[in-house]
Amino acid sequence: MSKVKTIEGKAWKYGDDINTDVIFPGKYTYTVTDPKEMASHAMEDLDPEFASRVQPGDVIVAGKNFGCGSSREQAAFCLTGNQVGAVVAASFSRIFFRNAINAGLPTIELPDVVGQIEAGDKLTIDLSNGLLICKAGEFKFPALPPEVIGIVEAGGLVAYTRKRLGTD
Amino acid sequence: MGKTFSEKALSKNVDQDVQAGQIVQARPDICMSHDNSAAISSTFRKLGVEKVKHPDRIAIVLDHCIPAAGAKYAQNHKTIREFVAEQGISNFHDINTGICHQVLPEKGLVLPGSVMVGSDSHTCTYGAFGAFSTGIGRSEAAVTWATGEIWLKVPDTMRITIGGALGEWVTAKDVALKVIGDSGADGGLYKALEFTGPVVEAMTISSRMVLCNLAVEFGAKNGYTPADDKVKQWLEPRVDPARWAQAEFLTSDPDAVYAESIDLDMTGVGPQVACPHTVDNVSPIEEVSGRKIDQVFLGTCTNGRIEDFEMALRVLSGKRVARGVRLLVGAASSEIYKEMATRGMLAEFIDAGALIINPGCGPCLGAHQGVLADGEACLSTMNRNFKGRMGNPKGEIYLASPAVAAATALAGEIADPRSL
Repeated sequence: MSKVKTIEGKAWKYGDDINTDVIFPGKYTYTVTDPKEMASHAMEDLDPEFASRVQPGDVIVAGKNFGCGSSREQAAFCLTGNQVGAVVAASFSRIFFRNAINAGLPTIELPDVVGQIEAGDKLTIDLSNGLLICKAGEFKFPALPPEVIGIVEAGGLVAYTRKRLGTD
Repeated sequence: MGKTFSEKALSKNVDQDVQAGQIVQARPDICMSHDNSAAISSTFRKLGVEKVKHPDRIAIVLDHCIPAAGAKYAQNHKTIREFVAEQGISNFHDINTGICHQVLPEKGLVLPGSVMVGSDSHTCTYGAFGAFSTGIGRSEAAVTWATGEIWLKVPDTMRITIGGALGEWVTAKDVALKVIGDSGADGGLYKALEFTGPVVEAMTISSRMVLCNLAVEFGAKNGYTPADDKVKQWLEPRVDPARWAQAEFLTSDPDAVYAESIDLDMTGVGPQVACPHTVDNVSPIEEVSGRKIDQVFLGTCTNGRIEDFEMALRVLSGKRVARGVRLLVGAASSEIYKEMATRGMLAEFIDAGALIINPGCGPCLGAHQGVLADGEACLSTMNRNFKGRMGNPKGEIYLASPAVAAATALAGEIADPRSL
């Protein structure tokens, strides 16, 4: 993966079935369009301190079905707006998974590992080699399907499509 | 080896024999979007192309915050109207039409055997008409507008066979909540759901729409109920004849491979209620009866159709909602709203103490109409009860059928329609 470097940051730990209404509340979906303002509402209804305290490279670690609910893409963009490095979860809701790829946000499925990571743990993620390193050890994770890896490599769907259409 | 419905629909779309697990470049017959079309158009403009690839494959319905609740919403709608005019998009339905998932079938934009995507998670609803339909994000809607294509993974299929018989006041909503409660909100993750069995066969189109609408709350990619004569009767008069000629009633082969199968016998199963704050936090009504409710909302793309209002009125007939309870009633479309008016149903609701709101998503978005105050509880026929869904994270939302909603409005607390 050419454009993605190694991610280093601390873990923000959440539970199962974290839905897009708490990641980015519906009341803002048509009125908040500025990326910075969008980022300031990230996780607002779940963890009001998140947006003001998250650091570039930090990683969200969650249980199963992360990002379930509404298809709202801002749930991914409000995280990239805060320079969140990746989301590690036991599983992802499928529309969030797509939106994250399209936003250039790495999603890592490690169902057996998320339980071994605690809030605040330092994490290193080597995307090129599919490796997550944390206090509990080193864990391999599977690569994205070859058909979609190009989207993350290009930095998101818009850049990828411009390349494909020859309009970049 | 036999094929599932989803494998067949996607094979037909890409003109190639594909099976579960493969990733395909699909060419959707329809790409649906709503009030988020302004944001989609802004991403579209970043793609470096002037015109959408297939204006006739785009459908836009303004439904989420209508009429505009403020200047920003008004500007959002205006941007969409200008884009629609500029691009020559004829399948545009303004604020006077209804909720996208009801409007698309009503306007004949859903076709059996077609592939549909929409930048709304409940796009899975059109499976009730034998379409493969799934929700996508805004950026990929923009790219679909520009290229006519989108990557999709051919999903594994989970077969859900509903047997037995539905008891009195037990509905498709109770079936769906029971399935989600039993297996969890990720029970059908990434999968296609195929609802079959005698109970599903006996269901009306409106009831099948409830099952398919709630497929996403089970984590699924799409929902599907086998398309039969009822679909033909409902849809054919609404579809352009040239387009209808392309309809294909695809069904799974008898030897199709299912990733998983669930059998649910509804005999003896009563009304179900999803409690705050997840759709899979489901209890039989007996366990939650008596909880105080401040607001009841009857409507949405899940349960805002004629049969839902008929059922509610059977419970409400001649009675008044409890003092202190606000009953909001909103039809899923203007077509339904008009039928309610013609048949005197609106008057019956008003006499029962209801407030009628205009067809649209309304309270389900939490942007306007029916936002909850701190500590208030609402019982709603909608599809999500997430924290903050109705505009306030300090409010609580219970989900149930129209019958339970009506009984609850009369009692002022969660009530079992069977005990009235």
